[in-house]
This record gives sequence, structure tokens and C-alpha cells, in this order.
Amino acid sequence: MNTKIEKEHSSNLLLSITKNQKFIAAVALFIIYLFFFVSSTAFRSTDTLTSIFDASYYIGFLAIGVTFVIITGGIDLSIGTVMMCTAIIGGVLYTNLGLPLWLALLSMIAVGALFGLINGVLVARFKLPAFIATLGTMMVARGLGSIVSDVQSITFPLRGSEDGWYKSIFRLENNFPMGIVVLLIFTILAAVILNKTKIGRYIFAIGSNREATRLSGVNVNKWETLAYVISGICAGVAGIAYAATYTTILPGEGAGFELDAIAGVVIGGTSLSGGVGTIFGTIIGVFIMSVLKVGLPYIDLQPHYQLFITGIVVIIAVYFDVRRRYKRG
Amino acid sequence: MNDVILSMTNVSKAFGPVRALKNATLELKKGEVHALMGENGAGKSTLMKVLTGIYTKDTGSIVYDGKEVEFTSPKESQEAGISIVHQELNMMNHLTVAQNIFIGRESMKMKFFTNDAEINRKAKEYFKLLNLDVNPKEVVGNLTVGKQQMVEIIKAISMNAKVVVFDEPTTALTRRETEELFKIIEDLKNKDIAIVYITHRMEEIFKITDKVTVMRDGEYVGQLETKKTTKYEIISMMVGRVIYEDPKQESNVSSDAEVVLSVKELSAGRAVKGVSFELRKGEILGFAGLMGAGRTEVARLIFGADKKDSGEIYIKGKQTNINGPKDAVENGIGYLSEDRKQYGILLDMDVSNNTILPSLDNYIKNGLIEDKRIDDVSTRYIKDLNTKTPSTKQILRNLSGGNQQKVVIAKWLARDCDILIFDEPTKGIDVGAKSDIYSLMNELTKQGKSIIMISSDMTEVLRMSDRIAVMCEGRKTGELSIEDSTQEKILHYATLRKEGE
Repeated sequence: MNTKIEKEHSSNLLLSITKNQKFIAAVALFIIYLFFFVSSTAFRSTDTLTSIFDASYYIGFLAIGVTFVIITGGIDLSIGTVMMCTAIIGGVLYTNLGLPLWLALLSMIAVGALFGLINGVLVARFKLPAFIATLGTMMVARGLGSIVSDVQSITFPLRGSEDGWYKSIFRLENNFPMGIVVLLIFTILAAVILNKTKIGRYIFAIGSNREATRLSGVNVNKWETLAYVISGICAGVAGIAYAATYTTILPGEGAGFELDAIAGVVIGGTSLSGGVGTIFGTIIGVFIMSVLKVGLPYIDLQPHYQLFITGIVVIIAVYFDVRRRYKRG
Repeated sequence: MNDVILSMTNVSKAFGPVRALKNATLELKKGEVHALMGENGAGKSTLMKVLTGIYTKDTGSIVYDGKEVEFTSPKESQEAGISIVHQELNMMNHLTVAQNIFIGRESMKMKFFTNDAEINRKAKEYFKLLNLDVNPKEVVGNLTVGKQQMVEIIKAISMNAKVVVFDEPTTALTRRETEELFKIIEDLKNKDIAIVYITHRMEEIFKITDKVTVMRDGEYVGQLETKKTTKYEIISMMVGRVIYEDPKQESNVSSDAEVVLSVKELSAGRAVKGVSFELRKGEILGFAGLMGAGRTEVARLIFGADKKDSGEIYIKGKQTNINGPKDAVENGIGYLSEDRKQYGILLDMDVSNNTILPSLDNYIKNGLIEDKRIDDVSTRYIKDLNTKTPSTKQILRNLSGGNQQKVVIAKWLARDCDILIFDEPTKGIDVGAKSDIYSLMNELTKQGKSIIMISSDMTEVLRMSDRIAVMCEGRKTGELSIEDSTQEKILHYATLRKEGE
């Protein structure tokens, strides 16, 4: 009996560590930020902070979306090119077809949702491995973007032009980084959906044990599909953020963004084997990467060092996850 | 000349407090086919695992080929000439026949390149030896189960086996393949190889074995000469005369109680063939049979976990289409799987989330989950079922088997299921929790719920059931009222194979 109590005690401790990976990530974020802050006086400007935010918006939305998929135990590799594809389609609808901007932006979300639906059906209904199915749609989205744009770059309205209002969603006229507020609200919304609604609960259940969930009378195919739809919708929102931040969209870009997003998710403590994860952890993971990306040039390291260092961070984060799992038996 | 090749004497093995083997004994002679019989859990497999070095014995002696031995790994026992042909085939489906046979013992060229020509030639020789028609270059996945088994057998004897153990080899074979297997066994016997043959099929015993050793509860019961014994003598030795604790004397359910579930001619592939039965309100219907009889498959079909080929299901008199677990749950059927960890619970989620998983819809207000009410209802079931957990927030991984089982029961009760299928409800559960589960089941039927209880534990079947259905090889071979049920009768039906199959 004694050993049992001990076991429960130690597992409670483990549980609290599990829950605290996002805490560890937050501390890491703080330390990294502080490091740059101390090392470089130039880093201390508000412009730098704004660059960090700018770099976090689209990756942040992508990462939030893919967190849902990863918690089901799946993966979505298509989000990066889908994001670019939605931006291209939105731009074409606006410039070439003369759709009102607000409608073009909404269409971007719809296109993202459609890609998500296709991914979801392929994975949940037709049982394709998520890795392969979304690798396929990743290529399809990239190709589709080039086809639709005829391999021309697409330009969204500039600030100050008639339809320039959408830029203020992410940055006000006075340079206030409104996007951070939007991202924060979006984060809270996503966290509520994940933790407080039926779909969120089923997503955790599916990631914990898909078959046992199915045998509890839950329509797992439907809920698993919806996780991919959420990921697609987020890719659409990320497309809007990207367009608003960078204005010009180059077809053929976007590959690789999904890996940044997934790296953020993993750094934030979401387990690639499913069943465990938080939205706040994801956002912290994304910020760790943005701080590295923006900060490294300030200490005279070119941006490609970011890849090198992020890679190491990802390996460390996954190592922690694996060790935790191993200890749990 | 002493022709005893293997003698295991007074072998004991305990796992914690469970004594799996108590003075088990087996004596095997060269060129003899020796059946090892016993109910599920009698210790046959454990004894073979001790022999082949998967487990180490606590006490006793094993003398093989004139020497006292103690193998510490299957590799060691194989090298010494003891091989097992397992019930489930362990083959690498994408490799060829010869590559499978010689895995780990490949012929090499220049110590670096594999020499497939050489192993193909060697494999061919072995097949010729036993007059078998198998192409060594064929990919194993393309072979029938029967052929695959022959490959396993060749693999076994290619290690210069002197003893070959067959663990229920005919379970997956057709009649013709079985005949062929018997021929091979006959051949092996003529080559002076000793064979241990584990099976549940009586007629096979009389067809091919020379001797029978019967085990019960991990103990040696006796050795018989096949020619001088009968099916009934063997069965009575398997069952023994142990007085089991309080079997149920009479049914608690009157014969005119409402029929809540009626299954007609349920079939699916080779696993379930035309099974029909009725379940009454407040009844515990025991499903007895040997392993692989198709009972779990029947349960999964009723629950919609697998697709049936044909058959009808009536719930409370109304024909019901069940196309998935969702439909079954909506019709008030709950299923406790025999494999709790894989099919029953979410190990890394807490007690409350496991409890309300099927009934989550009832705890949502304005789109948000009402965690407080979920907590309340889980707390109530923890109390009702006497589940031992520090809190509703404990993850299931940290609960004992019995308490995990109670959470599964709570989950169906919270969903208001009144037809419950309990598949091996006390498997892997300690004695105390076992009797908790039993009284819980009795309590549930008193409240008007109906239970189908699949169990391989004869004591449990006789103690809990109001009526007993017995299955063998996918068929329902008998139905007994609790008043005329005896272990002998159940075992008779459980081994009643249909002729001509």
C-alpha cells in the first residue's frame, strides 16, 4: 500500500512537470530575450520588438492550428504552402476579379478550410498516413498557387490606398503592433476551444487512444477531420496576416514555414505522439523562434544561424518529451 | 537404451503471489507425439516458456538429452535443439521463405555479402526431406497460412531440433492443411524427433498423439496413454474435483422476463458462424468457451466495433441497425473490452474524462463543457462503485487494474446503458477487486440491467451466470440453464467441433 501511495505521489510530480513544459519554455523565452537585451544595445529598441511580433503573426496562427492536429496524434505538413496558396487566391480574387477586399479575405479562410477538409478526409476517412497525405496537399497547394497566379507575384493594397484598412488589423497608423492583440485574442479563443469545448476534449481523447474513443461511441472520423479543418482555417488566417505584414506574395514561397510552426509547437511542449499539448505553450515556442530569428543578427550572427540553433532547440524539446514518456512507462 | 529425451520434474514458477506452475511434470520420449492438455490458464504455455528459456523456473529440474539444463533464452534452447512452432506465426512477411528460415543464421560470401543461393539450396533440401512443395524464393506474405506454418516447422527442424513444440497449430488451418500437418508430424516422429502437441481439440489428440499429459491450475494431474483413454477421462482430469466456491444454485430471472436483446444468425467470416441467442432483463448470460471460440468477436459485432456479414439484432423487440459503436451506445449497449488498456480506457486522461467520454453531450452548456458537473458525476460513481483513486483528476495509468475496470463500468453507467457486455471482466484483477466487480454485477442486474459476461474462467461463469451459452469455433454449440450446468458439460460443448469442418 505504501509503495502505491509513493507511486501516485511521484506520478503527480511527473504530471506537474508534464504540465510545466510550457513553464520551462516561458523561462527559456525570458532568458533568451534577456540574453539579447544584455548583449546588444541596438536590440533594445521598440522597432526590434515590432519585428519580433511581425515575425510571430503568421507562424503563430499556423502553429496554433497545427497544435490541434498534433494533439490528435497526426501532423499537417501542408499549412505553409496552403497559407501562401490562400494569400495568392485572395490576391487574385481582389486584383483580377475585383472582389471586395473583405470578401477576398474571407475566401482565403474558406480556401484554407477546404484544404483542411481534404486533409482530414484523407487521414480520418481513408486512413492515409497523415505525413504522406499532407505532404501531398503541401505540393498540391504550392502548385495551385503557381497555377492561379500564373507564376506572377501578387500585390495586396498598400497602406494609405483605398483598401489599405486591413493593414491596421496587424499594425495601426501610429505603428502600434495591433497584431499582438489580435494574436493574443486568437490564442485565448483557441485555448478555450481546445480545453472547454466538445471538439477539444475529443481531440485529446483521440490522441490518447483513438480506438478506445471510437469504442466509447464517439464519431472519431468526424472529430479528427475537424482538427484538420481547424488547421486549414488557421492557415487561411495566417495568409491574411502574411499579406498584411509583407504586402507582396511570391508564388512558390511558403515551403518550410510548416516546419517552423511545428517546431514552435514541439518547443511549447505538445507531444508529437498525441494526447498532450497546450496552445499557450505553442505561442511561447513560436516567440522563442522569432526572438532567435530577429535577435541573432544583433550579435553578428546571420539569420541562417537561426536554423542551426532552432534545430538544436527542437531536438532538446523532443528529447524532454521522449524522456517524460519513457519514465511514464 | 534410454529413449527419454526430456524430463521436466516438479517444476514451479511464481509471478509475485501467483503460482503459475506447481510441481509440473512432463516426460517426453524420442519419436513420441505427446499432447499437453488443460483448460485456459492451466499452465501449459508457462511450462513451455520455462522449457524454452523465456521464463526461468523457481524450483524443479529439467533433464534434456541426459543432462540437467537451464536455458536462459530462446536462442539457447534452440541451439540445444528445442524449437517451438507458435500459435501466432512470427514471420517477416516481406522476406522470402529461405530468408525467414535462416534469419540470424545467414550464409555469407566473403563475410559481408549474404548468400541467398546457398540458403535457397539448403531450404530446398529440408522441404524435400518432408516432401513439401514450397518454393524457397517465394515471399512469405504470398503463402497461405498453412504453407507459412510449414515454413515455421522447417525453420524449427532446420536447427537440428530434437524436440518440437506445437502450440495449437491447427487453429488457423483448413481441414486439408491440418491433414498435411499431421503427415508432417508423422514424418518428424519417424525421424525420432519428440513432439509436444498443445491443443484444445479432442479428436486431434486421438488421431495423432501417443501420450497425454493433463495439467490443471499449474499442476501435473496425470499422464495417460492415448490408446487406453477416452475423451471423458481427459475432460474429468482437466476439470478435477475441486469444489469451487459458491456456484449459483438457480437463475434469478424468470423465463418470461422481457427479452432486451435478441441476436439472430449473426455471422462474420470464419470467426462467427450463425450465432443466435436472447438476453433477458436483469439476466447475466455467461458466454463460455475456449480461447479463440469467437466470443469476443460476437461481442464486437453486436457492439458495431466490427462489421458483420449477416444476421439481425433486435433491441427490446425492435430490429436495430448497428453500423458502428456510436449506434450501439445510442441504443444503450456498453462494452467492456477484454483488453482494457487498448480498447477500454484513455490511460493518460483522468478519471472524470474517462467517465464521461460517451456522455459528454450531456455536460455542455452554451458550447462549453461544464467541468464542475463532470467532476460531480465522477465523484458520485467513485463513491457508488467504491473506486480507489485519490481524486477525479488522477490519470488512469496510475490506477490498479480493478479500479480502471470500475472506471470503465462507470463510463457506461453514466451513459445510461442497460445492456452491458463484460468481456473477461476480471482478467488481470486481484482477488479483492474481483469480488467487488461480482457484487457490482449482481447489483446492476437487480436494478434491471442485463449483462452478457464472456469469461474463460469456469468458476466465474458458474458463479455469476443465470444462463450459459457455450461456443466452439465460431458456433454456439450449447446453451445451459444454470441449474444443469457443470464444468464437464460446459467443457463438452466447448470442445464440440462440427464434423466435416
